[in-house]
Amino acid sequence: MKLGFLVDLSLCMGCKGCEIACKVENEVPLSSWRLRVKYIDLGVFPETKRSFTPLRCNHCESAPCERICPVSALHYLENGIVNIDSSRCIGCAGCMMACPYGAIYMDPETNTADKCTYCAHRIESGMMPACVVVCPVEANIFGDIEDDNSHISRYIMEHKGAVQVRKPEKHTSPTHFYVGGGNQTLNPLAHQRLEGFSLFNDITHLEHVGDKHHSILDRFLAPFAGHAKLNNDNFTAMQENVETHSKEGGH
Amino acid sequence: MVENTIHATQAIVTLDVPIQGIVWGSIITVNMWAKSIGTGVVFLAAYLLYRHKKESMPNLRWIMPVIAFIALNVFLLFTLIDLHQPYRMIHIFTHPHWTSSITVGAWLASLFLGLVTVLLLIGVADAFPTLGGKNCKLSALARNNSAVYEKIMPFLVFLAIPVTTYTAIIMAQSSARELWQAPTEVMQMLWAAFMAGSAALILVSGSWSKEARKDLAFVLTIAVFFSFAMYMSEYFFSFKSSEAEATLAFVHAGGAYNVEFWTGMTLGFIIPFFLGLSTIKSDNITLLRLAAILALVGLFLVKDVWLKIPQMLPLS
Repeated sequence: MKLGFLVDLSLCMGCKGCEIACKVENEVPLSSWRLRVKYIDLGVFPETKRSFTPLRCNHCESAPCERICPVSALHYLENGIVNIDSSRCIGCAGCMMACPYGAIYMDPETNTADKCTYCAHRIESGMMPACVVVCPVEANIFGDIEDDNSHISRYIMEHKGAVQVRKPEKHTSPTHFYVGGGNQTLNPLAHQRLEGFSLFNDITHLEHVGDKHHSILDRFLAPFAGHAKLNNDNFTAMQENVETHSKEGGH
Repeated sequence: MVENTIHATQAIVTLDVPIQGIVWGSIITVNMWAKSIGTGVVFLAAYLLYRHKKESMPNLRWIMPVIAFIALNVFLLFTLIDLHQPYRMIHIFTHPHWTSSITVGAWLASLFLGLVTVLLLIGVADAFPTLGGKNCKLSALARNNSAVYEKIMPFLVFLAIPVTTYTAIIMAQSSARELWQAPTEVMQMLWAAFMAGSAALILVSGSWSKEARKDLAFVLTIAVFFSFAMYMSEYFFSFKSSEAEATLAFVHAGGAYNVEFWTGMTLGFIIPFFLGLSTIKSDNITLLRLAAILALVGLFLVKDVWLKIPQMLPLS
């Protein structure tokens, strides 16, 4: 069995239901995302359109994060999922440097690396990932890509020639596929990401890795002092730095 | 941050989450810089001991392991403080994952530091016989096994090669950062070790013979020249990957880190090259020390830039 994911971008309407469901199911802290939906506007007025691209871990068959992890915190499950054991993670961020898809983050509450696990805990109980269940248009298709009769395998066969993966040149062999996408939506270098130019916020970069209130000294003292409850101003505090970003080279 | 622009696509992100900025920052720069000194002095000491008599470098036998010991401990300290879970560093030894160059490097560096510590004990005990008093068993043990120093030295030099280059393999495994996906990174690490090692020893070579200092000046000059040449070829030559080109194009265009990069290149490579070249003939200790200090400062700045710039590129 090898579990895979396929997103039909022509169906996705950008409701962000999957993003919210993932947050709730996995208790993903503020300023962190296992799954996000990116809006990209294409074309020139009046010939314009908006595309929606859900982005999550690609669960690569040749995962650079698994290879670089010094303590096997990132490991393969038998069903092909690249899982993470946060109790083993040392927080070196090697996986964040290795993942070509930027899918791994430093959890600000545990100060360990974390990412999408295809909801491995739900799959173990015979359920589908939370993002699949919640999708109102069934744009998220999940299943066994080694089973020719599974929904995802049939979908791939039906759309032969139109199935894409992100950054195939990296030779990571992702098990996460897209249908209905293009270079403009799947290649991060093919669209502009302008500072201070988005629909609901003007933040495009995180200033901190992990918990911004967890200084180097705190990392050493935490086991003795107890981990203070995370202050939830992580997200709002980022706005203070927008001007600095612009000065440092942003637009 | 690096903003990617293929204007012809007329595609603009209009809603997204904040993406991650620089993950490995200046702490890792200190880590790499200190490791270059720690391994570089071993290379240079071996070379000098092969070329010259011990008497012409009276303090080399103990000062080299002292410098290496301090530098390697700085390297390990900064490795530790960069971890978000520093106490779990022990997992690298209890749950090693051998495909990871971080694991292999940590084991090799620990072994290397162990051997340097042995040299330090023997070198210091031999150089300062009264240290620790007559009853100090450790000093006596070290002095009684003085010959071990020369036996360990070849293994230490051999081990210094992977210890100094394994960071390049970590960078190679950091496959998201295209700028580092170049075989030249291994050579850059070696040149950095020769630069830092010769610079560190120049600073303590006041009582050495002219010939020994001349050799140090020669190595420093050669190392800064080839390292500079390699950086320039990486900086200006076209890469195959669009990510690496986008990263460098941003620095070329005067973006963030442009000033730091060229300051580092000027201070650490261009000026030390000419100073080193002039002191090979003149044996001007002051100028040579200036070249050494500038090389160490410049090396830090350039390593810092090279570490950070590929992390400015959006990955998704």
